Amino acid sequence: MTAVRPTLIALSVALALIATSCGTAEAQKKYDSGASDTQIKIGNIMPYSGPASAYGAIGKTLAAYFKMINAQGGIRGRKITFISYDDAYSPPKTVEQARRLVEGDEVLLLFNTLGTATNSAIQKYMNTEKVPQLFVASGASKWNDPENFPWTMGWQPSYQDEAHIYAKYLIREKPGAKVAVLYQNDDFGKDYLKGLKDGFGDKASMIVAEESYETSEPSIDNHVVALKAAGADTFVSITTPKFAAQAIKKIAEIGWTPLQIISNVSTSVGGVMQPAGFENSQGILSAAYAKDGADPQWEKDPGMQRFLTFLQNYYPEGNRLDSSVIFGYGAAQTMMKVLEMCGDDLTRANVMRQAASLKDFVPDTLLPGITINTSPTDFAPIEQLQLMRFKGEKWELFGDVMSGGLGH
Amino acid sequence: MSAAEEVVTEAAAVEAVPKRAMTLGYGTSLVVLAALILTPLFVKNFIIFQMTMLLIYGLAVLALNILTGGSGQFSLGQSAFYAVGAYTSAILMEHAGMNYALTLPVAGLICFGFGFLFGQPALRLSGVYLALATFALATAMPQLLKLGYFEHWTGGVQGLVVTKPDAPFGLPMSQDMWLYYFTLAITIAIYIASVNLLRSRSGRAFMAIRDNEIAASAMGVDVALYKTLAFGVSAGITGVAGGLGAIAVQFVAPDGYTITLAISLFLGMVVGGVGWLPGSIVGSAFIIFVPNIAEGISKGLSGAVFGVLLFLVIFLVPHGARQVAIIAQQLIGKLKKN
Repeated sequence: MTAVRPTLIALSVALALIATSCGTAEAQKKYDSGASDTQIKIGNIMPYSGPASAYGAIGKTLAAYFKMINAQGGIRGRKITFISYDDAYSPPKTVEQARRLVEGDEVLLLFNTLGTATNSAIQKYMNTEKVPQLFVASGASKWNDPENFPWTMGWQPSYQDEAHIYAKYLIREKPGAKVAVLYQNDDFGKDYLKGLKDGFGDKASMIVAEESYETSEPSIDNHVVALKAAGADTFVSITTPKFAAQAIKKIAEIGWTPLQIISNVSTSVGGVMQPAGFENSQGILSAAYAKDGADPQWEKDPGMQRFLTFLQNYYPEGNRLDSSVIFGYGAAQTMMKVLEMCGDDLTRANVMRQAASLKDFVPDTLLPGITINTSPTDFAPIEQLQLMRFKGEKWELFGDVMSGGLGH
Repeated sequence: MSAAEEVVTEAAAVEAVPKRAMTLGYGTSLVVLAALILTPLFVKNFIIFQMTMLLIYGLAVLALNILTGGSGQFSLGQSAFYAVGAYTSAILMEHAGMNYALTLPVAGLICFGFGFLFGQPALRLSGVYLALATFALATAMPQLLKLGYFEHWTGGVQGLVVTKPDAPFGLPMSQDMWLYYFTLAITIAIYIASVNLLRSRSGRAFMAIRDNEIAASAMGVDVALYKTLAFGVSAGITGVAGGLGAIAVQFVAPDGYTITLAISLFLGMVVGGVGWLPGSIVGSAFIIFVPNIAEGISKGLSGAVFGVLLFLVIFLVPHGARQVAIIAQQLIGKLKKN
């Protein structure tokens, strides 16, 4: 791989020289480093090793997707060169790898780099160098800040958007609810809690109790008991899978029957609902934005079929039930859309301009009705989710697609 | 005495070489120095950044080398001292508006105190038990940094962004290059000070403790004092390295200072050669570049490839870079004779 790259660069430089010396109608073609007539270089950083290595599947999906694009002739004849490095989820390593990609490999942009702390570490650098940091793979709301960081953009709905939706639902369906919140004491939990409070707005007094836990705690039973004692009739669980399952189980054990809402992070049937017991999980609410690879209702869906064909031909070892694979596919499709919109003006500024003017774009793996929209003042591509309820042994979507934005 | 401890003492006995062998000859030192000074003039900013990180991790490995190679104590907790140094610099720069250069001595002093205090309970432990105690420190540190109590200063899980300093006096130099020479100057100063420390009375006391604690105390060495002192010095240097690291990376977050960092530093020390100070830079190069090489060989199995490479190094040259240096020296000697 490394041995091939210099030759590719040499080749593309040679071609670029020929193109310019010919002096034909190439005038409107504009390139920044990393783009040429023959290729577009995209950089990416993933935790292939270390504590978060399960997310490495996203990087592998992206690579497979670009392989498919190249096999189909590339973007307007330009092949995608996808360079993905490992940072083991360590911020100092992310900085090193980002600089290696931007200054060493001279990529056009960074795409779908994973993690909140890791992306925070390079955000200032990317914005100083004016290199796009596109479709960051993290649910933090801080990526939607075009005024201060015009070169950074998120992709998935932020935790705050999701929390707004739950607040809206509760205000509408259960206005007298006494809400108890259990949240994880880290950036994920806090971002989410803030979203929930903002969502309730002047009805924030509906939250009657809050408890936080540390990931190092072996059990969260005492927090659940405390929340019940506060007299709440609604339970919002901002937890990661292991703790989500514990909470559901404990609630059943102590004979508490609140309306339960759990975050999208912990909706895995095999990882949360089953261990907590299906009999304990009936009626739990959550929200989703992407199709579930395990759900039979998408068997005949054309988008899902395209996704499965891709898996079969280009990424056979990928697991269709793994939400990281579905995530990577949708993000890669969005990236390709932006590059297509760029036309022959492959400058970094134009890439950001196009990324900020997506209108009603629908990747194959998003739920019907959910679309990607951005504008120069809105750097949050996906802001909609649909509520779902656990019934039997699977999730059932219900109601309309809801927007997480507070203004709507 | 446990079996492990005996092995350690044995290994240390092998390391008990004349003090001159702890450093490089003048000629070699000058060549290395010239290379370190001249290379940045010809390479990209990114390479300069990597070289800066090389020096910074080199300092941290050197600090561990003084502790383990010098006084024979183990530590898997260097990442905690590194984190304290990094956060001290970052907080002083961002909240107190202090000049970056001034934050480093503060970071060093705070870490010295921290290490000295930690050295007190560590006195009762030795060998693998001490390693485990320091391990606990390294595991606890990222969580302590996340505590809501300190969040106003540390930024909690979100971390703190640090502003990179410009070259002073309007020098026509990029930020990266300036920071590199700044780091190089500090590294050289600390290196020379460390060499002198090990050659001094205190250094001899460290080594006496390393080689045989009972004999050392019979000779009148204050074992408790010198053991804690070694911890303090080591922590202080690691703190300075941490502060420099925060400035170079421009960001501090709890995730950057996990136990993985402590193990990397330990690894760097072993690969560079325990007790051989110039080896620190070789060890640092190993922990920065070999993961990149491993990743280039196989992305999915980068961890396994790294393991194989590490195994090869330990198997072929158990005494690390120092052994390579000695072999090279002998070869050159033979060539000269012929």
